[in-house]
Amino acid sequence: MGASFVPITVFTVLWGIVGIVCPFFAPKGPNRGIIQVVLILTAATCWLFWLCAYMAQMNPLIGPRLNNETLIWMSRTWGNKMTQG
Amino acid sequence: MGSLFRSEEMTLCQLFLQSEAAYACVSELGELGLVQFRDLNPDVNAFQRKFVNEVRRCDEMERKLRYLEKEIRRDGIPMLEIPGECPEAPQPREMIDLEATFEKLENELREVNQNAEALKRNYLELTELKHILRKTQVFFDEMADPSREEEQVTLLGEEGLMAGGQALKLGFVAGVILRERIPAFERMLWRACRGNVFLRQAEIDTPLEDPSSSDQVYKSVFIIFFQGDQLKTRVKKICEGFRATLYPCPEAPADRREMAMGVMTRIEDLNTVLGQTQDHRHRVLVAAAKNIKNWFVKVRKIKAIYHTLNLFNLDVTQKCLIAECWVPALDMETIQLALRRGTERSGSSVPPILNRMETLEDPPTYNRTNKFTAAFQHLIYAYGVATYREVNPAPYTIITFPFLFAVMFGDLGHGALMAAFGFWMCYKEKPLQAKKIDSEIWTIFFGGRYIILLMGLFSMYTGLIYNDIFSKSLNIFGSSWRNNYNQSTLMSNKLLQLNPDSEDYIQTPYPFGIDPVWQLAEANKIIFMNAYKMKISIIIGVFHMLFGVCMSLWNHIYFKRRISIYVEFLPQILFLLLLFFYMVLLMFIKWTTYGSTPPYYGSDDINIVKTSAYCAPSILITFINMMLFKTDPPRPPCDDVMYAGQMGIQKFFVIFALLCVPVMLFGKPYFVMKEQKERARQGHQPVEGAAENGNAGGAAPPAPHHDEDITEVFIHQAIHTIEYVLGSVSHTASYLRLWALSLAHAQLAEVAWNMLLRKGLMSTDFQGGIFLYVVFAGWAAISVSILVLMEGLSAFLHTLRLHWVEFQSKFYAGEGYLFQPFSFEVILDSAGTTEE
Repeated sequence: MGASFVPITVFTVLWGIVGIVCPFFAPKGPNRGIIQVVLILTAATCWLFWLCAYMAQMNPLIGPRLNNETLIWMSRTWGNKMTQG
Repeated sequence: MGSLFRSEEMTLCQLFLQSEAAYACVSELGELGLVQFRDLNPDVNAFQRKFVNEVRRCDEMERKLRYLEKEIRRDGIPMLEIPGECPEAPQPREMIDLEATFEKLENELREVNQNAEALKRNYLELTELKHILRKTQVFFDEMADPSREEEQVTLLGEEGLMAGGQALKLGFVAGVILRERIPAFERMLWRACRGNVFLRQAEIDTPLEDPSSSDQVYKSVFIIFFQGDQLKTRVKKICEGFRATLYPCPEAPADRREMAMGVMTRIEDLNTVLGQTQDHRHRVLVAAAKNIKNWFVKVRKIKAIYHTLNLFNLDVTQKCLIAECWVPALDMETIQLALRRGTERSGSSVPPILNRMETLEDPPTYNRTNKFTAAFQHLIYAYGVATYREVNPAPYTIITFPFLFAVMFGDLGHGALMAAFGFWMCYKEKPLQAKKIDSEIWTIFFGGRYIILLMGLFSMYTGLIYNDIFSKSLNIFGSSWRNNYNQSTLMSNKLLQLNPDSEDYIQTPYPFGIDPVWQLAEANKIIFMNAYKMKISIIIGVFHMLFGVCMSLWNHIYFKRRISIYVEFLPQILFLLLLFFYMVLLMFIKWTTYGSTPPYYGSDDINIVKTSAYCAPSILITFINMMLFKTDPPRPPCDDVMYAGQMGIQKFFVIFALLCVPVMLFGKPYFVMKEQKERARQGHQPVEGAAENGNAGGAAPPAPHHDEDITEVFIHQAIHTIEYVLGSVSHTASYLRLWALSLAHAQLAEVAWNMLLRKGLMSTDFQGGIFLYVVFAGWAAISVSILVLMEGLSAFLHTLRLHWVEFQSKFYAGEGYLFQPFSFEVILDSAGTTEE
């Protein structure tokens, strides 16, 4: 299963901080509740959206179908040397 | 408390005001803007109320002010804005002063205007006469020309000149006529006089001012020669008919010269007098312009106060006014303070009394908003005003609205444009507000500036996830795909597919968003993106609906509708969870289960093939089969199921979900019936429970339990259930619009890039630079107008629908009415806008 530890932790912790930790430090006042809701929902939606994009690519069922020129360009610029032959 | 989650608690209050203090107190309340007065004399018409006289006087003052304002506008004198604070409502005794001032100003102005008009008419006449004298001089000079005389003789003949034995005496009239009437005038003269008149005309080059309308008009001087009195009357009649002004014109040249001189001096005199009149008028208006806004505010405030006082009831002793008003419970203190201030100001000794009243009426809905939340609250109100104390969706909309919008609008570039526009409006808020731009479209944009900003920011985030910036990708973290084809294969094949079940894919996904390789894969990018976007649409949709159903739980708890929790909320959420949330789970299972198994690329081992892409089932087919209790023919070597026991669990889920339907349908009517029987047995003791119209969370006494008609309850419940069950299916499908619009947006952006900017980027020499300059303009225009504005608008509308229909239908009744407090601010604002 093609999940990688680092990105999952980084993004989950990042949005976790926004959505779980930050609401505790929302400024006191009449708008505290609104600020908390805004933070929690932002974190929840953004995290879910990122997660879906990540998981949809964990086990790709098809590969990209590319032009040969694009493939040559990929080899050159993304640092994967073409093999001769 | 006091925040946006529910509307404010309201209390009905009775207010006793001493007659002398009433005016000052109401004025203070108007400044505060927290009290909604009820009309206590609804059957008294507007002309029979107590303060109708005062209102009429205010109307009269307003009319005078409007007249003044019109005159000021006409002279183009700038009206000073009110410096600093808005003036307070003046004391009633000041009203007389104001009236006197306005009366004086109006009279003065009218007089000046009348004088000016008379003077101008005079001036016009003199100028016309001046022109006549000047132009006719030319005609007469021509006549006097001796060479002409001969011509005349030859033309008319001796006997012509000596008609009837007496010397021919030609009469003439001279006058001025509007230039456009000349042709018709000439024709008429010719026909009516059978060609026996001679008309000469000359245009006056400078336009003349019409005194009544002060328009600039072009006129011509004419002179008509004729013979005999009969023709003279005829000519004069025609002149009258064509509104030509005739002027006396002496025949003798010396008289004419003398007259011209006289006219000139009189014109000069008139000019000086006119100038003085204008100066006077200007001075009066400038003085008025300094104060006019101030006066408007004062008069409108007085008028508003008397209108409000008209709503009050007069006490029997005539010493006291009684008012009823809705008041936010939290603001009782502030209102008391304002009342005390009012009493002190009026110098009255008896303090006003504010009494809470018990009522069974539904109080108005009042949500305290600030400039940030107001726009979102308006989106909700546009659908319907919340029932009193019902859960308010606005706080959640602050994020879900921009988010759903961004799912459809996901593009980093377009999002950045939108966010920049929103940010600019928020940053320049004060100066822009002060400008008062009077365009409807601008007002809409400016009112929604925070929504636009948030929509832009979220679009940037989703754009990053979609890895889409003007239809191009960013490769920040390094793509997970490699090219492993060798040179000869690359040379001999035009299109090559990378295989995820090989070294081509490094087996860990791109860490943030969609891999940039897909943007390059023109051949099958859409296939991949569609599968992904359709799935996320459904996932987001199901979460959104579940959230909505949970909101209904909040309502049931708050209104203490315990039975509704068991027979409405529970079956509803179970229905959604067991069917649609299960489908979402299947998607996640599919994402994690099927794919390559790293070291064994392309293996034929049966266990590995079973979890390979080849065996991945379609979620939609699986879901349909689940609903129909059907299985597809097995496809060896693949398994029929995605996990052990799937068939059994699915059957259980479907049956259980279907069992929820009769609970929703019959549960509530059953309990209502049972309760009614119970009550009938015990006599009329109120029973805690299905108080459907739950009034004010226990603050007010429970509504009188009248036995609801059981068939009505049943029909209502049936409609509700059918709506919910069918709605779950159609609403889930409706969320696919997220995918559809997102696809459309991405495709349009790509077309714009490929058709325009790409062409401009192709050539490399210097002409290419010029060409690019032109092409970029076109591409930028299309990007902004179509992709940001139009697509933005359509995405906005779809988002609005998703919130109104798919989300709010789960919990929001929206049957309340809005709290409309008596507030000077609102009154002045609306008066200002209707006028312009």
